[in-house]
Amino acid sequence: MMLFHLALKNLIGAGLRTWLNVFVTALSFFMIIFISGMYDGMRKHARQVTIDTEVAGGSYWHPEFDPLDPFTFEDSHGQPPASIQNAIQKQQALPVLVSQASIYPHGRIMPVVMKGIEPSQEIVNLPTHTLLEKTDGLIPVLIGSGMADYTKLKLGDTFMIRWLDVHQSYDADEGIVVHIMETENFKVDMGTIWIPIRKAQTMLSMENEATYVTIAKGVPLLNGTHNWIHRDIDYLMRDMEAMIEADEPGAQIMYVILLALAGMGIFNSQILSIFRRRKEIGTLMAVGMTRSRVVGLFTMEGGMNAFLALIMTIVLGGPFLIYFAIYGIPMPIDYTEMGLIMAKRLMPVYSIALLVSTTLFIAFVVLILSYLPSRRIAKMKPTDAIRGKIT
Amino acid sequence: MLIRASTRLMQSKKRENMSNKNVVEIQNLLKQFPVGGGFFTALKDVNLQFKTGEFSGLVGPSGSGKTTLLNQIGGLDSPTEGSVNVLNMDLVNASHNQRADLRKTKMGFIFQSYNLLPVYTVFENVELPLILNKIESKKRKELVEQAVEWVGLTDKLESRPSQLSGGECQRTAIARAIVHKPALVLADEPTANLDAKNSHQIMKILVNLNQELDTSFIFATHDEKIMEYLKRIIHLDDGQVTQDDIIEKPKMSL
Ligand SMILES: Nc1ncnc2c1ncn2[C@@H]1O[C@H](COP(=O)(O)OP(=O)(O)O)[C@@H](O)[C@H]1O
Ligand SMILES: [Mg+2]
Repeated sequence: MMLFHLALKNLIGAGLRTWLNVFVTALSFFMIIFISGMYDGMRKHARQVTIDTEVAGGSYWHPEFDPLDPFTFEDSHGQPPASIQNAIQKQQALPVLVSQASIYPHGRIMPVVMKGIEPSQEIVNLPTHTLLEKTDGLIPVLIGSGMADYTKLKLGDTFMIRWLDVHQSYDADEGIVVHIMETENFKVDMGTIWIPIRKAQTMLSMENEATYVTIAKGVPLLNGTHNWIHRDIDYLMRDMEAMIEADEPGAQIMYVILLALAGMGIFNSQILSIFRRRKEIGTLMAVGMTRSRVVGLFTMEGGMNAFLALIMTIVLGGPFLIYFAIYGIPMPIDYTEMGLIMAKRLMPVYSIALLVSTTLFIAFVVLILSYLPSRRIAKMKPTDAIRGKIT
Repeated sequence: MLIRASTRLMQSKKRENMSNKNVVEIQNLLKQFPVGGGFFTALKDVNLQFKTGEFSGLVGPSGSGKTTLLNQIGGLDSPTEGSVNVLNMDLVNASHNQRADLRKTKMGFIFQSYNLLPVYTVFENVELPLILNKIESKKRKELVEQAVEWVGLTDKLESRPSQLSGGECQRTAIARAIVHKPALVLADEPTANLDAKNSHQIMKILVNLNQELDTSFIFATHDEKIMEYLKRIIHLDDGQVTQDDIIEKPKMSL
């Protein structure tokens, strides 16, 4: 209590210097919360978009299917087991037939993944109904805007598609771009062309076959799916989460830099205090303060600095954080080209967990940073300190 | 009212201090500092007793060991050999905390460069020892106001050290040293940074406090002006006591 009283007096007495320190700490507090919130928002958004446009309620895979290895596509197709067929009938499931193909936009050759999908589906949020358009025998093709940019294909452009059918013979036919979709999920965009599943099955001579079947959200686990492998949402999100994690070191470096900044403010002011206030420390010892008390006093000042910074963050930074949480943060660059799922306006997420963990973590760091320099006090000789002599 | 209350307090202090004759007893004190590979002997063969209420001074040229000896008495540094007994505490065998406690409750310090806390007001500086002694706030205010009145700074209570003259700073430091009515005040060159007029003013305040509170004072000084007030002058030379004189009638007094 006595230490608290004195620490408070010292901080108030130091006036502007205190507020400067507090401001620097508060700024870093704010940035840490802001950036963490941004990352959490990004993560949440990416998760939402992925579920919305791709994963839905999970899927059942043909046992041979490995989405990361296109060479498996040749063998990974078959008629789904009865229970899955049944779900497809009830429009609770969506079959997708995946194969390798090559396209020749403007005479160039480009390998793609060709995905046959049911145009009238409503299970994933993709504009597949555009595949219902009359095309005079041309293969209707849906692509994403990233793919369109890359191939320089425009709406209504026709191009050659070449594929290997089930009998290992090459076939080719003309496709037409019926729609270019804007999507934040580059996985349904880059290197992928979408065509109606019936067309794909005919082209490949794989009647009624599929590579995987996506289940609508909320459909319970199916029984009797034989050797088809159930992949739940978590499994399917792993890729995307791994990608965000791969990006995480950047965030963590940022975090460390900000924390170092906050820490430096405190550390610096503590070290400075201890040198500048040597005489004061000696005087305090002369008037009967024990060393541990003096260490306690300086540590407490550091801690109170952090506490004031927290209050300042809430008072000055709070409105900004709330504003961003409501209206989002406009993103200056288009990150989709960098292979990230990013909204044009990012809605940051400030979870209680984030706020509490940040606060606790910073409080811990601050306490250590306040305590460490103060320990020098314990090594000081009071007789030297009184004279303000540096030892 | 205030004066009467303080007088009562002084009388009880007086009785307490009378019961033990000597406030300070130093025997065969040796103090050496490690210098380079060897030692520098700062104090040697020092044997001294100080009685309650003494107004005494350690006098000698610069480097003669005055500050070193005061630090020994204040328990801020330990002797190489010998014993130092202050206010019934054997400092050599006392713990760090016990010595701090002794300083806190029964001693006051006055330094050449005032050593006021720069961010505190006069009031807060003077209040500090009372806070450390856990005196409650109403009593603190009372005692601070009284101490500040003794040194004549009542109109500067809210000033910071940077707004005060050297004399005012030292008077604040004196108020801080005596606010908790210590039994012993140690003053190291208290007038070295002051002009003659301020030096005399300071010394008069201290002589007055010595008589009013019956507090023992030990000065360290080579200032002639201070010596004129002292009732006992102990000459130090090269770390040894060379002369110890009682002055029945100091040249300057109240
Ligand atoms: N910490 C120390 N280390 C080494 N020598 C010291 C130390 N403190 C004092 N001395 C030496 O002891 C002698 C006495 O110093 P001091 O007591 O400060 O003298 P005075 O106060 O009489 O001027 C001086 O020669 C000084 O250099
Ligand atoms: Mg000296």
